[in-house]
Amino acid sequence: MKTKREKRQLPEVKKTPSRFRHPIGKYTIKRNARCTSCGLCAEICPYGVHPRYDNFVKPLRPQEHKCIGFQCRSNDFFCVERCPEQALTMRLNPILDTLGDYRWPAEMLIGHWEMAETGSLPVVDVEYNLGNSGGGFDKIRFVPPDPADYLELPDEEIDTSVLLNKRGDGRPERTIDIPCYGGGMSFGSTALDVIVGRARAAQRLNSLTSTGEGGYPDEFLPYAEHVITQVATGLFGVRERTILNAPVVEFKYAQGAKPGLGGHLLGDKVTPKVAAMRETVVGNALFSPFPFHSVYSVEDHKKHVDWVKEINPRVLVSVKVSTPTDVDMVAVGSYYAGAHIVHIDGSYGGTGAAPDIAKKNIAMPIEYAIPKVHRFLSEEGVRDKICLIASGGIRNAMDVAKAIALGADGVVIGTADMVALECVRCGNCESGRGCARGIASTDEELGYLTTEAWNEQRIVNMYSAWRKQWCQILRQYGMRSIRELTGRTDLLVHLDYLDEEARARYQPAPQVKMII
Amino acid sequence: MLRPPGWPHARPLFDLEGKMPKKYHVPIKAAPPRFNPVGKYATIEFREDCAGSCRECVKKKCVYGIFQENVQHMADMDEPEYLYACQSCFRCVQECTKGIFSRVINPEYRSLGDEYWQPDIIHRTWYQAHTGKIPVSGAGYRGPFSGQGFDSMWTDMSEIVRPTRDGIHGREYISTSIELSRRNARLVFGKDRSLAVDTPPIFEVPFPAVFQQPRFGVLSENVLQAAARAAYVLGTILFINPDYYSENFAPYQEGLVPCLNKKNYMDFLNQAPKIRMIELADEDGIESEIFKLRDRRPDMIVSIGVPLNAQAAARAPLLARSGVDTIHLYADDYGREQESKTPRFLKEMIREVHLNLVEHLVRNRVNLIFSGGVALAEHVAKAVICGADGVAIDIPLLIALECRLCYRCKEGMSCPVKLGNIDPEWGKQRMINLMGAWRNQLIEVMGAMGIREARRLRGEVGRSMWFEDLEKENFGPIFGERKVSSTV
Repeated sequence: MKTKREKRQLPEVKKTPSRFRHPIGKYTIKRNARCTSCGLCAEICPYGVHPRYDNFVKPLRPQEHKCIGFQCRSNDFFCVERCPEQALTMRLNPILDTLGDYRWPAEMLIGHWEMAETGSLPVVDVEYNLGNSGGGFDKIRFVPPDPADYLELPDEEIDTSVLLNKRGDGRPERTIDIPCYGGGMSFGSTALDVIVGRARAAQRLNSLTSTGEGGYPDEFLPYAEHVITQVATGLFGVRERTILNAPVVEFKYAQGAKPGLGGHLLGDKVTPKVAAMRETVVGNALFSPFPFHSVYSVEDHKKHVDWVKEINPRVLVSVKVSTPTDVDMVAVGSYYAGAHIVHIDGSYGGTGAAPDIAKKNIAMPIEYAIPKVHRFLSEEGVRDKICLIASGGIRNAMDVAKAIALGADGVVIGTADMVALECVRCGNCESGRGCARGIASTDEELGYLTTEAWNEQRIVNMYSAWRKQWCQILRQYGMRSIRELTGRTDLLVHLDYLDEEARARYQPAPQVKMII
Repeated sequence: MLRPPGWPHARPLFDLEGKMPKKYHVPIKAAPPRFNPVGKYATIEFREDCAGSCRECVKKKCVYGIFQENVQHMADMDEPEYLYACQSCFRCVQECTKGIFSRVINPEYRSLGDEYWQPDIIHRTWYQAHTGKIPVSGAGYRGPFSGQGFDSMWTDMSEIVRPTRDGIHGREYISTSIELSRRNARLVFGKDRSLAVDTPPIFEVPFPAVFQQPRFGVLSENVLQAAARAAYVLGTILFINPDYYSENFAPYQEGLVPCLNKKNYMDFLNQAPKIRMIELADEDGIESEIFKLRDRRPDMIVSIGVPLNAQAAARAPLLARSGVDTIHLYADDYGREQESKTPRFLKEMIREVHLNLVEHLVRNRVNLIFSGGVALAEHVAKAVICGADGVAIDIPLLIALECRLCYRCKEGMSCPVKLGNIDPEWGKQRMINLMGAWRNQLIEVMGAMGIREARRLRGEVGRSMWFEDLEKENFGPIFGERKVSSTV
């Protein structure tokens, strides 16, 4: 653990605006024909909602997503009120009805877009910490802290790092500076600029990202120290070289979104470059087998782990599994097979393509699996020897903190990274040319709508904002390191386990009926 | 072995000189809708603000090309296609130079179905009936954490155990067939090792979801013909109201199960001699009638139709002992217990009936079919896990034919999708496609569970996880006693 007064160099946050002409915000501001372009609104608004340039006098369309909405009424710079011509109107954006879903409601998406743009927590009153799912993380709350515990520490002096190798086996004791690393996204499912942007962000954040099972493009090489090589059942791109490149090798036994099924890359997305990388045929759908055909038992699994360790003497081994009823046994088996990290991926996790029936119905949500595995590893006396990483439906900084308090050491993030790059969760990643917004596509046109630098900075910004939330939680509980939070279930309550009076003291769970 | 006609029983079970077993195959073929399916989103365009020819028109750039036919629709005074085809990427909304686009939920979409048969279910069913494909999408699950009924359970999976070691290519070795015929508790052999007991006929259907005539809807002859033909091709059965039977159904009668009573069944069997399975309503004296029927037609497969009410669980063991092949239990259209002020859902009712039969040691003598409220492929798997042998589906058959569940027909009004006039061949293909997609989904789930036989899945709650259990086991030690009893 780092010392108390050590100051960490945090990655630089830079304003990184939306790629689109009209970012979506919670409110709409309309300017009608009465506007005389007097410029008063631009002058008074501290949030920059009304852009104006010295050499251009005509009114410009307001930057609606920056508007803080009706809470501004009490301010003396409330533009709607102050406009001498009464040319401005403000409304809740009706498009919000069509955006988001139970797990990622519109406000959570908008909040994360703002974090990715500014690197700070949103100033607009959006609920970015809670979804509308009505269970799990959305009903778990942190208990109010004791004010006496509060620590006056700047963010730079709070430790949010996670130790990945606890085995003490002579291999590198690698840490990552934030309790998150990037989930596997393959070349094929996702645009090259996106996955390389994630790798660049991982380097700046001193974290990791994973290749997914689509091979190891050469573009990763400058960031190889931050790129996990994933060994999945399709074995695409698994070579001695790619094992040697990697600080961590991840065996993907299963994926939370489609437990018990292999990877899916539908035919349209197997472009010539993807096919070349995977050494397959252009246009042919790639369904990876399930499971590893060489693994029938923990002993077989150990053979895999030993094989990788033998090839690369400095590599750490992660085992990614889904969350069946015996996930605790699987985790212990992984430990005894020699894994440094056991990565449990819950059933509500993200994917580039999966049958809807699998996403909803197979395996348990991660909220149940974390305490189950944490408890079992503790009872077996090996909890201190293995890094427990959780993923699958962990959407925001508070979910990360809750997952850690439930028993995880850290988490893996996928969807939130995509949201930082302006994913709207339309769910069309899998078919045709892929993502229309240029994120999950390798199409000749759509796969090149973003740049590595833009992707990198947006992701860095989002995690920088998240880090502020984690630091605030830790300060409140008098903790200097996020490692102190692991397994602190005494700091959590679940609304459904409180009587009515106690429940009233906490923020209620959003319960809005949605059309999905 | 008796098998319904579509099953390739007439063909050799082995070809390639006996080396390759024949596999059950659902003949899927795209069957496009007659009407534009009601889309979820409607794009709103404030045309008065359009810049005119800005050369950056987002309509021309739409990745999905949904505006391409726009002019034609306007010329035809037809509903524009973009009401139905929007894929929700928001690019037109965000990129239009003048910002003239917005979107709303299509009000027509909101009006589809009801609280149980939600628009999303209807939409997915249309897709499957059209394409025969499993709904696959990107991004993670987007629904509530859990819910009532079947939404409060998850199926299990296995990290390394597979029914076959061939991954996705071995799925054809997973059997989804179930039996609807009674069976001997044990076999007895003579001294010469020959079988010393009569074995009842074996009646098998290839998928644990059979067809049932809906209780409402435009039940024209064309609609029922479509269902009868689809059942015939699939090798499954259709429970049909005999009032709707006519000579036109004769070619498919081997796949029909008329729902009769003890007064009229003999007359009906004389009229339709090739019928191989019948259903009799549960009424006083039915046990003796079954005895008589066995005497006259020992090869006949007999189902007893029982309302799924509070007495159903107690009634089931009595019926099982009377020698019926199958008990068909009817919930209401929403999967709820009948005749109850506080109805329980199908999931709990199946458990009750199944476990009562287990307790009376007669579960293996009889087969259980449950109907009502089965809306999705996942419900088939979950119902079987709860203890059903199979389920009967009714409303999804109508939805496959583009029914919007507007319930106008219940009030004697016209059908917006003209169900009465469908081409039975088109309808047949839509139903076949739906069942093909459902079967593939069942195989996905069974594959993940490591179960190779649908018959082995029956009552196998060990391969599932239930909300209440997961909460108690994992949250109980942390948060104590749960104070809110409902799931959400």
